[in-house]
Amino acid sequence: MMGLPYDLIVFYLFASILVVAASMVIFVRNPVHAALFLVLSFFASSAIWMLLEAEFLAITLILVYVGAVMVLFLFVVMMLDIDLAVLKEGFVKFLLIGGVIAVSMLGLMISVVGPDKFGADQITPPARHAADYSNTEELGRVLYTDYVYAFEIAAVILLVAIIAAIMLSLRKSRSAKTPNISKQVSVKKEDRLRIVKMDAVTDKGERS
Amino acid sequence: MNYIIATPEIFMLSMACIVLLADVYLGQGEKVVYRKLAYWLSLATLVFTFILTWKVSPASSQNAFNGLYVSDGLSDVLKYFIYGISFTVIIYSREYLEERSLFKGEYFVLILFAVLGMMIMVSAANFLPMYLGLELLSLAMYALVAMHRESREASEAAMKYFVLGAIASGMLLYGMSMIYGATGSLNLTEISAAVASAQNDKMLLTFGLVFIVAGIAFKLGVAPFHMWAPDVYQGAPTAITMFLGTAPKLAGFALAYRLLVDGLGGLGMDWQQMLTILAVLSIAVGNVIALSQTNIKRMLAYSTIAHMGYMLLGLIAGTSSGYAASLFYTITYTIMTAGAFGIVILNSRNGHEADQLDDLKGLSQRSPWFALIMLILMFSMAGVPPFVGFWSKWFVLKEVVAVGHVWLAAVAVFFAIIGAFYYLRIIRLMYFDSVDESVTVTASADLKFTLSLNGITVLLLGIMPSALLGICFAVFT
Repeated sequence: MMGLPYDLIVFYLFASILVVAASMVIFVRNPVHAALFLVLSFFASSAIWMLLEAEFLAITLILVYVGAVMVLFLFVVMMLDIDLAVLKEGFVKFLLIGGVIAVSMLGLMISVVGPDKFGADQITPPARHAADYSNTEELGRVLYTDYVYAFEIAAVILLVAIIAAIMLSLRKSRSAKTPNISKQVSVKKEDRLRIVKMDAVTDKGERS
Repeated sequence: MNYIIATPEIFMLSMACIVLLADVYLGQGEKVVYRKLAYWLSLATLVFTFILTWKVSPASSQNAFNGLYVSDGLSDVLKYFIYGISFTVIIYSREYLEERSLFKGEYFVLILFAVLGMMIMVSAANFLPMYLGLELLSLAMYALVAMHRESREASEAAMKYFVLGAIASGMLLYGMSMIYGATGSLNLTEISAAVASAQNDKMLLTFGLVFIVAGIAFKLGVAPFHMWAPDVYQGAPTAITMFLGTAPKLAGFALAYRLLVDGLGGLGMDWQQMLTILAVLSIAVGNVIALSQTNIKRMLAYSTIAHMGYMLLGLIAGTSSGYAASLFYTITYTIMTAGAFGIVILNSRNGHEADQLDDLKGLSQRSPWFALIMLILMFSMAGVPPFVGFWSKWFVLKEVVAVGHVWLAAVAVFFAIIGAFYYLRIIRLMYFDSVDESVTVTASADLKFTLSLNGITVLLLGIMPSALLGICFAVFT
């Protein structure tokens, strides 16, 4: 490859956006801003997936996470009355011990999953595919053959989630007054109107 | 493709969906027969799945679904006991649920889905179905714990269980991703081969292993990852605590055995050390803290923590007879625990949960027969011969001593003696303390019959442990 390494430039650009956005998710005070930064980090990571020729995953990340999950999440965050002062309570108290744990975890992870284990000299980079390569087709092929068992279990998990959500949120309250449409449509004159035969009122003087 | 050996799972999934639909369309009506449809269908499903598993079980280990599924001796034995325990739990919980207007189709549907998740776990030959089965089980359990919406305790328990369970799943998944990065495979057989060939650098593997062990410990409720257990056991309705504390432990054994022994057997030296720490902590924490409990469900939670510590001893031994002893321990533990919760349910009535230790006072006067059953169960849990709890402790300790960890066995015995105190305290309350108010124990015939059978099983297994032990040994040879 000659000239400017465009894919490297793109990678570092999106990787730095991702790291900055991910840290901002934690550091900004406003939960709405944090959710928006999470959206940005999803965008950046989907761009990195695109560089790996995983278009399907990249598009799904945008459509499902950014398009549906995060929008819903934002609604929930806006609905909740979150007391920021309470959230920040104890931050300083746990800053020292939390910081020590975080830094030591970071050191451990760099030493374990650093470039000397996963560098290009250790693991050969995946081969570039031709222009007519379709990631979606390849994924679909293994998803419905080799991994059909796992795919079906994932579907069952979603079914259980639906059952659980309905069970926990559906309240059949007896006091709820809902109109019954079919009853309303099929109502007849006799059901509503009662004609009462009465004798004509004779004026025999008013009682006081 | 070899679909035949996976028929039990396919049948269970189909039946769970049929029970769901049948309950939605028929169960809401006024007819009492239809309202109990889900109950009877669930029991019938468990019986048929049992027969089906028995019929299609291959003579030797066989794979299906491109190596994602395995059917072998271990999966068969664990499945039989999962069906049996779930069947017992459903019978125990019927009256309890009816009295508290929790008798809804969703309960049975979720139990069937949880059983399906456990079946998938015990038959997993790959990280993927292992994780997905665990999630299916956990999700159904979270919903069951939260089922009693009017109860604040149940909601709190469900919240704690959900958050900590999600962290545990995350840890397990992170560890699995590390192992995948190091070995390049999700298949347990291939991982085992890759671990054996990776001679010099095992740092990445060990890093992943730490997270996997932490995830397993969370799911088994082993100290120091036991924090959720007491609150969840206490907060959930007793019928659901009973399910939570029994059958999933069988699946938890499969989770630990398949991941650690089948997949990462080459790292045995590392995980045996980690499990030793977990086992000693659990046995100590479980037995000591149980002493100060006044709530019987909470006490049984700490007892579970201790029992799971003893169960780990067999895995620490690292021999095939050690694994057999662990399997034996897990199976007998679930039978004893189901019985103990059955007594709590028997003793409770609507508006009175009877979950305090004092509620057992004078049970021998109110119901001599069930006080005797509880006596058998408590002696067995404490490890008093000739009940089965003695043998299960004896076998794991024998295996630990056989590989030279005498100090570990000594610690385990020391804390078992401390633990005997709180089991014997229940017996004292039942037999030597008198009641202020004499409330007769009333229960339906099916509960009484199954509970009696449960107690007698514990006694019979104690007198003749060789049959079950033979089955457990046959699995690992």
